[in-house]
Amino acid sequence: MTILSAEGVSFAYGDDVVLDGVTFSLDAGEFVALVGPNGSGKSTLLRILLGLLRPSTGRVRVFGEDPADLHDRWRLGYVPQRPALAREVPASVEEVVAAGRLARIGWRGRMGAADRIAIDHALEAVALRDLRDRPVSELSGGQQQRSFIAKALASEPELLVLDEPVAGVDAESQKRFADSLTHLVDEHGAGVLLVSHELHAVAHALDRVLVLKRKIVFDGPPSEMNGVGRADLPVWLEGLG
Amino acid sequence: MLPFPFDRDYMQLALLAGVVVGACAPLIGTFLVQRRLSLLGDGIGHLAFAGVAAGLLLGIWPVWAALVVAVVGALSLERLRSRGRASGDLALALFFYSGIAGGVVLVGLSDSYNAGLLTYLFGGILTVTRSDVLVVAGLGVVIVTAVVVCGRALFAVVLDEESSRVGGLPVDGLNSLLAVLAAVTVVAAMRVVGILLVAALMVLPVATAQVLARSFRATLWLSAAVGVAAVVLGLAAARIWGLAPGGTIVLVAAAAFGVTSVVFGRHHVRTGVLGG
Repeated sequence: MTILSAEGVSFAYGDDVVLDGVTFSLDAGEFVALVGPNGSGKSTLLRILLGLLRPSTGRVRVFGEDPADLHDRWRLGYVPQRPALAREVPASVEEVVAAGRLARIGWRGRMGAADRIAIDHALEAVALRDLRDRPVSELSGGQQQRSFIAKALASEPELLVLDEPVAGVDAESQKRFADSLTHLVDEHGAGVLLVSHELHAVAHALDRVLVLKRKIVFDGPPSEMNGVGRADLPVWLEGLG
Repeated sequence: MLPFPFDRDYMQLALLAGVVVGACAPLIGTFLVQRRLSLLGDGIGHLAFAGVAAGLLLGIWPVWAALVVAVVGALSLERLRSRGRASGDLALALFFYSGIAGGVVLVGLSDSYNAGLLTYLFGGILTVTRSDVLVVAGLGVVIVTAVVVCGRALFAVVLDEESSRVGGLPVDGLNSLLAVLAAVTVVAAMRVVGILLVAALMVLPVATAQVLARSFRATLWLSAAVGVAAVVLGLAAARIWGLAPGGTIVLVAAAAFGVTSVVFGRHHVRTGVLGG
């Protein structure tokens, strides 16, 4: 079942065309990586997919709805790129993760037993249960990033979108991160769209790779990436195939 | 009857108003500090100054005039910031100087110099009346209720605005609510420490709490406790040694941060907490 689709999506900042007829889809239970060099339009495409930006032309559907008007927003989880300010907020790991649950219960909602169980599961998925009371500011970069992934997992999303979640993160955290994503896909049947330059840790688990250079220039399994031209394989595709 | 130095009626009224402000100002300040809007209270304070001047000129109770101007100004400031038409500090500067200039012009329009203005600029906690205390308490109830009901959502927005928006939280509404609460806090606090020092009570107790607390919830309530302690000790010191109470309260709050930082020895003066 298709849970995310983009059809002929284009976007321009003034005369600068950033996206030109981007078309792809993602099914439930699929683990897909979106890669591309700097300036290829990844961030813009991500903002359009999340409903934070309107495309100039084309159409995006998330669970069959316009992402800006999505009713059950908890179904769409998002891990942003380096929330620098958040790392300095004097909050415990559990508080950060619990904040993600608001997407499920509403901003005025009260936490019940089911919510606390979901928060426990999210902490367990990223192996931070033992550090739940620790201030986020006292964690390593990798642990901090995992706490923000758990925040997104706390709403039990059916589609998880991650923007460069492991940039600068240690190998151990990358492995934990890969395990938590494969768990989400295999056990819960969720779809995952991962935007990242560093795919070593997840390469084995990917169903497809989308290569974006203003438009989708490759859409297929990592093993078929050889046909794209490994000779000029840039750093951002290392770890695949 | 309370013991010295709170044995007089005027000291008890001051204590009541001060405790409410001492608890509420850091509650709102905790959210502002995390968003690096520590000086928002100052900006709104200057708008409140224009409101006080307008009230004195028009014969309206200055507190109500200040409340209207501060709330409208805070909402405009938030709108300017969120639309990206001015960065946070530029938007603050715009309102900071417009407020003080508006106040100066309005004071100039008065037929005579109004001494009442000074009690708003520098605080006049020892002259608060029972009706002042009731108004401050009412504003305090609004602030505490809002924090209890919306605190979790405000915290989520502080953590990350974009993912909160994706998660369906009413981010614009919550930001506007925080701006309005900051305006209400400034107006409630201006009779206690004065417009010139109002932001200090919103920031200094938070800085102290952050040194000690290990969670956001603890920071929130500990900062309120530090704010109350600063007011009680500051008022007592002012009565005993004949000092200006507003300034003394703020100096106690600053000393609390200094002592806490030295004793607990961790470097917690971060960007956005005390500027820099």
